[in-house]
Amino acid sequence: MALQKVVIVGATSAIAWEAAKCMAAQGAELFLVGRNPEKLETVAADLQVRGAQRVETFVLDVNDVARHQEMLDTAVATFGWLDGLLIAHGTLGDQRKCELSVEETLREFQTNALSVIALLTLAANYFEQRERGCIAVLSSVAGDRGRPSNYVYGAAKGAVSLFLQGLRARLARHGVAVVTIKPGLVDTPMTAHLRKGLLFSSARRVGRGVYRAMQQGRPVVYLPGYWRLVMLIIRLIPERVFQRLSL
Amino acid sequence: MLSTQAIPQSWGRYPRVKPARVVPIYWRDHLPDLQALPGPLLAYGYGRSYGDSCLNENGTVLAASHLRRFLAFDEEQGLLRCEAGVSLAEILDLIVPRGWFLPVSPGTKFVSVGGAIANDIHGKNHHKAGTFGCHVTRFELLRSNGERLICSPTENRELFEATIGGLGLTGLILWAEFRLKRIHNPYIDMERIRYDSLEEFMELCAESDEQYEYTVAWVDCLASGSKLGRGIFMRGNHNQSPEYAHKPLPRKLPLAVPVDLPSFTLNTLTLKIFNTLYDHSQLQKRVFKVVPYEPFFYPLDSIHDWNRMYGPRGFFQYQCVVPYDQGYDVMKEILQRISRSGQGSFLTVLKKFGDVRSPGLLSFPRPGLTLALDFANQGPKTLRLFDELDALVRESGGALYPAKDARMHGEDFKRFFPRWQEFMRYVDPKFSSSFWRRMALVPAREESATVEV
Ligand SMILES: Cc1cc2nc3c(=O)[nH]c(=O)nc-3n(C[C@H](O)[C@H](O)[C@H](O)COP(=O)(O)OP(=O)(O)OC[C@H]3O[C@@H](n4cnc5c(N)ncnc54)[C@H](O)[C@@H]3O)c2cc1C
Ligand SMILES: NC(=O)c1ccc[n+]([C@@H]2O[C@H](COP(=O)([O-])OP(=O)(O)OC[C@H]3O[C@@H](n4cnc5c(N)ncnc54)[C@H](OP(=O)(O)O)[C@@H]3O)[C@@H](O)[C@H]2O)c1
Repeated sequence: MALQKVVIVGATSAIAWEAAKCMAAQGAELFLVGRNPEKLETVAADLQVRGAQRVETFVLDVNDVARHQEMLDTAVATFGWLDGLLIAHGTLGDQRKCELSVEETLREFQTNALSVIALLTLAANYFEQRERGCIAVLSSVAGDRGRPSNYVYGAAKGAVSLFLQGLRARLARHGVAVVTIKPGLVDTPMTAHLRKGLLFSSARRVGRGVYRAMQQGRPVVYLPGYWRLVMLIIRLIPERVFQRLSL
Repeated sequence: MLSTQAIPQSWGRYPRVKPARVVPIYWRDHLPDLQALPGPLLAYGYGRSYGDSCLNENGTVLAASHLRRFLAFDEEQGLLRCEAGVSLAEILDLIVPRGWFLPVSPGTKFVSVGGAIANDIHGKNHHKAGTFGCHVTRFELLRSNGERLICSPTENRELFEATIGGLGLTGLILWAEFRLKRIHNPYIDMERIRYDSLEEFMELCAESDEQYEYTVAWVDCLASGSKLGRGIFMRGNHNQSPEYAHKPLPRKLPLAVPVDLPSFTLNTLTLKIFNTLYDHSQLQKRVFKVVPYEPFFYPLDSIHDWNRMYGPRGFFQYQCVVPYDQGYDVMKEILQRISRSGQGSFLTVLKKFGDVRSPGLLSFPRPGLTLALDFANQGPKTLRLFDELDALVRESGGALYPAKDARMHGEDFKRFFPRWQEFMRYVDPKFSSSFWRRMALVPAREESATVEV
């Protein structure tokens, strides 16, 4: 699938940047959306050097849902049309803090689930009437099963995965691919505070996987691929046993 | 953001020391407050230095390899600006298809631009192009007091010169700009010449320096007597014919060494490669070939983590330079001692440096012959041999390369780098490395006041 004109939300994410590098190398036009103007400019200059035909930036805090439509309209008006949308933003909140604060829990949900669902609602209608294109979202393996260590984040990602599943079936009839991406543990600023074990992959490897999955319009991809098996096993563990595991 | 990154090591995996913490640097516009971090501080690129110059025991390591973005590329002028953690490998991927090449290439492409500047690295074209620092037009330096300074030959010149070859001690380089070299295609016209003695090596250098951009020799350091210094001389130029411009480069999967291997395996491997080449050229003294640039410049990069072949005790590399006037005799003596000791790894690299001057205050390369080889860590026996070799280097007025060092003596450092006192004025008071502390330099009184820059 041609990924010539692409909107990337959360474009300052390390994984999104690696995917964007692949697009830039193919001479794509990129519309980068993020909340931090300096970081956006840094990424934009890099992608320009790497071969992107055109790079535009749009400053948006995704929780400012009222501006989602304006952002999409600007992107369409700038490029004429869109081939793809990649939603990459996310926060790995502090699970303990969430447990102690309703506000904190809802904020995590707002960023990781509601803002994504809001964006998807608008974007789905655009791509549906265009009858082509690709929508990809960085969900997570954490959304496959609730775990004590990160179930707030996991539940938000799980909601996104389920939403995408339904949307995929709806848009398939219109020639639009909806790609759910479930990375495992990735070495990025989001996980800077975690000890890096063997299960960690590089953002580069995962970002390239994102690009390939978008090109091929795959439905659900685990990155790296072995996480599919890992999560299959984890999902199969009976609830009683699972409770006793320290995951 | 405490010690959660993999523990930084040096390429020689000796000494094995740990920093107190590793702080990843992700964004130029969101830098950690260096004043608030516990010192001493030291930037770390990809750990391709062999000894302890990239290590900071019990200190704070600033992991610069996340600063990996390009800022600007002027394709007309061949001027590239990028963040300091960008690797030469990533730069090559970008520039080679567009007809440009690195001005200077070390023996591995997995080094960062920051590391290339901090060690003012050299390559096979030193006799023509000088060091990497000769091609740097400017960079931005972050000091521990939070100051961000643009340094160039005209702006903050002293810090510019101190930072090139400055062993990471003047602050954190955020980005750098440097000049590239035009090429017609990614291929090298290479000639491999078997030679039988050190005399012959000198003749080949004299014959090749003018017409060849790249020269280097692999020496058999086990050979002795009349064969002393025998080896294979390699020289090359960038290929210019249009027929190679569109020839696709072969893509080989890199081999990795996943575990520590006993050290004999590396020697066996290099011995095999050498013998194959040497025997092959026995039939034919000179072999001419057009080869892709990668195997020519980075023959060992196809085996990832080959340093693990030396096993858990790690290894040393010994790289010295001896000036021309006595170069021949001293080099002969050095080779004899190594050959007699039987300790040297089989593969030894010999190269003649030219006289292109670097702006760097502490730059290692200087006119003369440079020799580099690995030594498995066999404890005191190995260190004794190094002391013997040091004496020869010292007497000849030569020097050792800090990027490859884990054991030189502070007294020698002062002799090898006579501008060290001048350099100390520009060292950031909060930056230091394991190497630097090991040197334990104390400047003369009148020089000791640190100058505010
Ligand atoms: C196989 C092999 C072949 C080699 N061949 C050559 C050769 O031919 N010629 C040659 O000259 N060298 C050679 N080297 C040595 C290598 O080029 C240098 O050690 C180089 O500096 C390593 O870069 P690095 O990014 O890994 O830096 P590191 O080893 O991580 O650090 C090196 C120094 O750079 C400093 N530094 C790193 N980043 C920054 C920054 N952003 N700001 C300030 N300081 C910084 C560190 O503090 C440290 O002092 C070789 C090494 C290997 C492993
Ligand atoms: N790293 C992992 O192990 C892992 C595993 C599975 C899934 N994921 C998912 O992969 C995606 C990318 O994460 P990453 O690993 O690449 O981490 P990252 O580099 O930290 O990227 C996260 C990005 O989200 C942006 N963001 C957060 N809140 C935002 C907001 N309100 N408005 C706009 N942008 C916002 C951040 O912007 P700022 O730079 O401005 O903060 C940042 O660019 C995330 O959805 C994450 O959940 C990551």
